[in-house]
Amino acid sequence: MSEKRMIRPYGDTTGDGMVQMSFTLPIPHDKRAEGAALQLATKMGMDPAMVVHAKAMGPDFSFFVVYGRVNHLVDLSAVRVVEREFPLLSAKDVNSAIKRQLRRKLVVLGACIGTDAHTVGIDAILNIKGFAGEKGLEYYREVKVVNLGAQVLVPELVARARAEKADAVLVSQVVTQRDAHLTNAKEMSAAFREAYPAGRTPLLVVGGPRFDPAATKELGVDRIFGRGTTPGEVASYLVHALAERRTA
Amino acid sequence: MTRARPAAKLTLDPAVVRRARGLARRAGRPIVDLARSNTTVSVERAVLRLAGVTGADPDGIPWVNRLVDAVRADVGLEHGVALPVWDALLRGDHADLTELAQKASTGGVAFGLPEGRAATRARSAAARQVGAGIRRIDRRRVERERLVRRIGDAPRTPWIYLIVATGDIYEDIPQAQAAAREGADVIAVIRSTGQSLLDYVPEGATREGYAGTYATQENFRLMRAALDDVSKELGRYVRLTNYASGLCMPEIATLAGLERLDMMLNDSMYGILFRDINPVRTFVDQRFSRQIHARAGIIINTGEDNYLTTADAVDEAHTVTVSQLLNEYFAKEAGLEDWQLGLGHAFEINPEIPDSFRLELAHALLARQLFPKAPLKWMPPTKHMTGDVFRGYLLDGFFNLVGAMTGQGILLVGMMTEAVVTPFLSDRDLALQNVRYVMEAAGNLHEDFRPAPDGFINRRANQVLAEAVQLLERIVDEPGDAALLSAIGDGTFGLMKRPADKGKGYDGVVPHAPAYFNPATDLLEEPAR
Repeated sequence: MSEKRMIRPYGDTTGDGMVQMSFTLPIPHDKRAEGAALQLATKMGMDPAMVVHAKAMGPDFSFFVVYGRVNHLVDLSAVRVVEREFPLLSAKDVNSAIKRQLRRKLVVLGACIGTDAHTVGIDAILNIKGFAGEKGLEYYREVKVVNLGAQVLVPELVARARAEKADAVLVSQVVTQRDAHLTNAKEMSAAFREAYPAGRTPLLVVGGPRFDPAATKELGVDRIFGRGTTPGEVASYLVHALAERRTA
Repeated sequence: MTRARPAAKLTLDPAVVRRARGLARRAGRPIVDLARSNTTVSVERAVLRLAGVTGADPDGIPWVNRLVDAVRADVGLEHGVALPVWDALLRGDHADLTELAQKASTGGVAFGLPEGRAATRARSAAARQVGAGIRRIDRRRVERERLVRRIGDAPRTPWIYLIVATGDIYEDIPQAQAAAREGADVIAVIRSTGQSLLDYVPEGATREGYAGTYATQENFRLMRAALDDVSKELGRYVRLTNYASGLCMPEIATLAGLERLDMMLNDSMYGILFRDINPVRTFVDQRFSRQIHARAGIIINTGEDNYLTTADAVDEAHTVTVSQLLNEYFAKEAGLEDWQLGLGHAFEINPEIPDSFRLELAHALLARQLFPKAPLKWMPPTKHMTGDVFRGYLLDGFFNLVGAMTGQGILLVGMMTEAVVTPFLSDRDLALQNVRYVMEAAGNLHEDFRPAPDGFINRRANQVLAEAVQLLERIVDEPGDAALLSAIGDGTFGLMKRPADKGKGYDGVVPHAPAYFNPATDLLEEPAR
């Protein structure tokens, strides 16, 4: 096996461990501030660290750009990520899989819930326009998409899911503060569990840049998608998960 | 606002421009008729706020809500809230309107519709008290003009517009003052995003909000006072912006006028399309709020940038033009003047597309030339900010360059951390350095820049204008009395279908009875001041 197990960051030479970072300290800019920046960088494991840029940001703050070498090693064998648990299908294969499994259209309900008004994420997945060169779920002949848009209240989402007999509910949370995305997702999944008989809820899928894809249990959802997810991945997942449910 | 305005540069056919404006008027007129023949709970609450009703019950529900709900339960709202309220006030033994509201909320007041002399008395008492509120707005406007004269105005255009949004007004204040010291001419306090769907305006100074700070009268007052201090320190009047959108547009506009806010976000269709607020509710609320803004000397900022964040910025460029034309029509009808129209547009074309910068220039020049006297609001890239902050910083530089080359009036400063985190202090400083560099290096480039008459930019601008005319033609050809409502209902804008009888806040819309009385509208529509 030729792949290395242990690696370091790469600046311009293998093994040099060079990284760059920037931060602000709440003190006026002077020699002492630069010393303070150096101390922070050293404590973070950069050695040697170079303060390459320092600038006053108003009377009370200083901004720094620091380059330096880190001593840390990354052990690739200890890296844990959520690997895709389903095969990637083409739109054609998704359509025929739905036909075969359901003998009707797959109903997908999408929304931004809570205070989030940013529909960029849900639209990228649902709108025919799509994302990253892939058409959105509206493009799939065997998928019926109901996009409720932004700031949908959870009870409304549940009611619509029941009315539309949704197979899957996609919820996007893009802009979030104080972990609102987590609170909202939990509230959403709890509301579905309450409204549906056990095990009969639609597939609950949340997406957004701030979610940890491994936190499905904690949030009570079936799947979490992170930054850069494409419509094709979501469609493939839905087909896979529905098939699993039917055989379960 | 003063500006060295670049001379017209695009070759546009004046007949096509006239046609576009004429179509916008035809599409807008029936909506104005609708707005003139309906009222909403929020319009009625704004009347009470003008009359000086403040405060909230122990649950935080404002007394204006309690009073309007009590009146509605007894006699309905189709006659307006003023007649029954002032009739009850004159008949009973109440210290003032707030006390009346308190008693009414516990069922202690029976409202009726006065007739004859009692009605005349109620009418003139209402007009007197509401008129005092409008005069207070007038005084605030004069005060602003005096402060701008005495302290000095922003040194140049575009005005640099920065956002603060911590959720806590007492955190916002030092941040806003710091932003002003760093060079901001306009401070926008973003609202807690859930606020647009609240059917009441929260009370008092607030310290908890999601992705923003609640718009309340007290928060407005605190922030305006803090910016007055920093304006004096800096020798230039720093303007304050908030949001008159959502379910409480008329009330928030009123509070903004009373507390001398200087700009307000106020779009004709944003709430309908992006918040699923009922179309009729939105148009009725919007007209009243714009009448207040006109009176208060507030500059409105419209929300066309939103179309481009949800749809493709090239394919849907003409929807921005259509929305700008509609916003202009509705604004002028409500009494706003050209200098008060911060019509929005945005730098949202996919940077991977060839000639994306030339397309942006064409679109921005088109807006500039269609609305030569309006202080256009130029919005930075958001959709194609990927988290690569270095690339984002470059994109913001190109955004600033288009702003410099096309004489934009208000420039919202782009943040390289857009869509990543709420901006760090350093992000804001770096963003302002970006703006300053571009303005100082290329601020006068528009003097030298003349797109070739039959070149790419001219052709693109003319194409967008032609597509806008086509879309307006399609809208006015829609069935029904209000073609624009049908168009909104069948998804003409931003692909979102918003039927006229659906959406949030519809239950707060009430058609006027023949004897509908609203002293605020009467005063605001008086021809001369």
